[in-house]
Amino acid sequence: MSTFWIILTACLAASACSLVGSFLVLRKQAMLGDAISHAVLPGIAIAFLLTASRNTFPMLIGAGAFGLLTVYLTEKLQLRGRLMNDASMGIVFTTLFAIGVIIITLFASQVDLDQECILYGEIAYVPWDLWIFNGMNMGPRPVWILGFVLMLNIIFIVSCYKELKIYAFDRQLAISMGVPVMLIHYGLMGSVSFSTIAAFESVGAILVVALIVVPPATAYLLTERLSRMLMLSVVFGILSSISGYYLALWTNSSIAGAIAVMTGVFFGLALFFSPLDGIFFRKYRGARKELNELSLESGKPVAEYPQV
Amino acid sequence: MSELFTDFFLLQDPNVRWVLAGTILLGLSAGALGCFAVLRERALVGDAVAHAVLPGVCLAFIITGDKDPFMLLIGSVVFGWISLIVMDYIVRNSKISSDTSIGMVLSVFFGLGVVMLTYIQSSGNVNQSGLDAFLFGNAASMLPEDVMLFGFVSLMVLVVIILMFKELKLVSFDPAYAKVIGYPLKRMEFLIATLLVVTITAGLQAVGVVLMASMLIIPAAAARYWTDSLRVMLVVAAIVGGVSAISGSFASYAAPSMPTGPLMVVSAAFLFTLSFFFAPARGETRKWLKRRGQKEKVKRENILKTLYNLEESDGNETKVRTLQEILKRRRMVKKMLKSGLASLDKTGLVEHFTGRPDGYVLTDAGRNEAKRIVRLHRLWELYLTEKLEIAGDHVHDDAESMEHVITPEIEAELLRILKNPEADPHDKKIPKHTINGNR
Repeated sequence: MSTFWIILTACLAASACSLVGSFLVLRKQAMLGDAISHAVLPGIAIAFLLTASRNTFPMLIGAGAFGLLTVYLTEKLQLRGRLMNDASMGIVFTTLFAIGVIIITLFASQVDLDQECILYGEIAYVPWDLWIFNGMNMGPRPVWILGFVLMLNIIFIVSCYKELKIYAFDRQLAISMGVPVMLIHYGLMGSVSFSTIAAFESVGAILVVALIVVPPATAYLLTERLSRMLMLSVVFGILSSISGYYLALWTNSSIAGAIAVMTGVFFGLALFFSPLDGIFFRKYRGARKELNELSLESGKPVAEYPQV
Repeated sequence: MSELFTDFFLLQDPNVRWVLAGTILLGLSAGALGCFAVLRERALVGDAVAHAVLPGVCLAFIITGDKDPFMLLIGSVVFGWISLIVMDYIVRNSKISSDTSIGMVLSVFFGLGVVMLTYIQSSGNVNQSGLDAFLFGNAASMLPEDVMLFGFVSLMVLVVIILMFKELKLVSFDPAYAKVIGYPLKRMEFLIATLLVVTITAGLQAVGVVLMASMLIIPAAAARYWTDSLRVMLVVAAIVGGVSAISGSFASYAAPSMPTGPLMVVSAAFLFTLSFFFAPARGETRKWLKRRGQKEKVKRENILKTLYNLEESDGNETKVRTLQEILKRRRMVKKMLKSGLASLDKTGLVEHFTGRPDGYVLTDAGRNEAKRIVRLHRLWELYLTEKLEIAGDHVHDDAESMEHVITPEIEAELLRILKNPEADPHDKKIPKHTINGNR
């Protein structure tokens, strides 16, 4: 039974994260997931200190506030401080994370959180983190929280699908068509914050980043339709969760880490064997001298690659 | 606390000496190198590399079964390199953008590292305790041989940056030109990447995987507010890095349970905030003062101009002008008018007559200054109508703002182009330059 709960938690986290992550990947803001998942730490720690309990609701509020604060500070620093987006993001989230770690260390006796569990979570303990409602055992608490956040995300995406789509692909067009871009932007950032926080508590910061970025990127390689990309990213998130769980069981290691590894494995497969644009097929077709009509990869500036 | 303080800074404990030397070197080299990463918009690549070396550390440990610092260094340099290559490969060979690729490499490599770390921990090898210091860093737990190795590596990085400053600068900011004049571009890129990987690796034990990136980013970003020169920026960033290293390792010495990394980061962030607000070259305060000074100047000049206009309309240079008169001529907030007049009085441009009526008169110096502003205003109006053929009733507003910014050189050029004109488009006299008139 505990296996079921762990896998269900991972799958819910994966679905919630990859749905919003898809938009971050399309908006080229993937690192925002990383930033938010680190920066919410002081919020969680402060909520913990103030309420002296692991009550979820204050934690969600504290973390949500710091998530939005990260987005806000990053944008402010970029505009006022004349810094590049990545540099301002790097400053904001590392500082907030450091403050969070310091708070936790200072109040180690009161705060029952340790740094490693923040990084790679305690998904293995999920089955024992039960929600008792009116004396009735409702099953693990994280399952409920993640399920709720997933539902919120689905409602947000379905109700604003058209607006999100235009916003994701062409912000200027969205503005000119009268889409309330700021509303959509902060709505999306709010969803990212909530998904991050809900998932963070059970699966840890790094797995959150993996779930936000990798399954959507994998799906992005396999389709050119947003609706299919969303569905495929959820599918890959779930597949990674299940296979990651058994990988961890087999190697007797961290479940969250193993799930992150599996998302990477699926991405690698898609990168090489995607029928659309995979490296393997491109080589094969190149041999048949059909590359010209199939070079879909153009349209991306050549200079944009990470060197040091 | 003060006892700890003196103990620490008198360097009586040899271990403290080592740790301090090591972290300072690390802070210096990371700060200096970070300037290249930040200015080339690759700040977060360092974050990904820092996370991605974790599997290298673990693999080295699994193979050797020991925490030999040199082997751990080799393992992490290798994985740092692999991560850079993978990031680059994904972006080149697919439609994935660079930020996504950075995020993927960061999380998947780190996930792999965590899997290996937990595998090692569960395998029951007694040597493994302390490997998790790599996550958050703990300078106090570093052994002298660790410090020696990583300090030496940081020193080497610093030496390379100093010796090859010119080449690094050229390749970083104008690769096309560097290529044309025959620099080995590939090899230089390789060198920069290696410097980055090595610096990150050296910093891991002190700062930890999660926060290493900030030691690259924050000092460089702070230094940016102090200067526009890369050379100075490198020095300032190195100093910021070094100072944060000292405070971080002091705190870690005073309270061994406190992780060093977060304390270093918070000190660096504090220095960043100071720079952001108070750096003399590009800080917020400076910007604010500059804007305020400009506003004051415009206000004073407008008051002088108004007084001159009043004199012009009745030809009386000795009549005392009351506040009401001035306000009737030019609408402004009364408090601002008063403060402006007070400052003009202090600098000797107007004279305050108390009594009846209570008011102000331009001094000779003030009149000359006012003439200069009116001259600029009317010259500009004339220029717009004559040369740009803008209708006479459309030029006033533009001249209102230009009169405050036209330099003496532009003024001379306008006079030359317009051939020392007598009157503006509204047939108002353009006041002439008087001897000693232009303050």
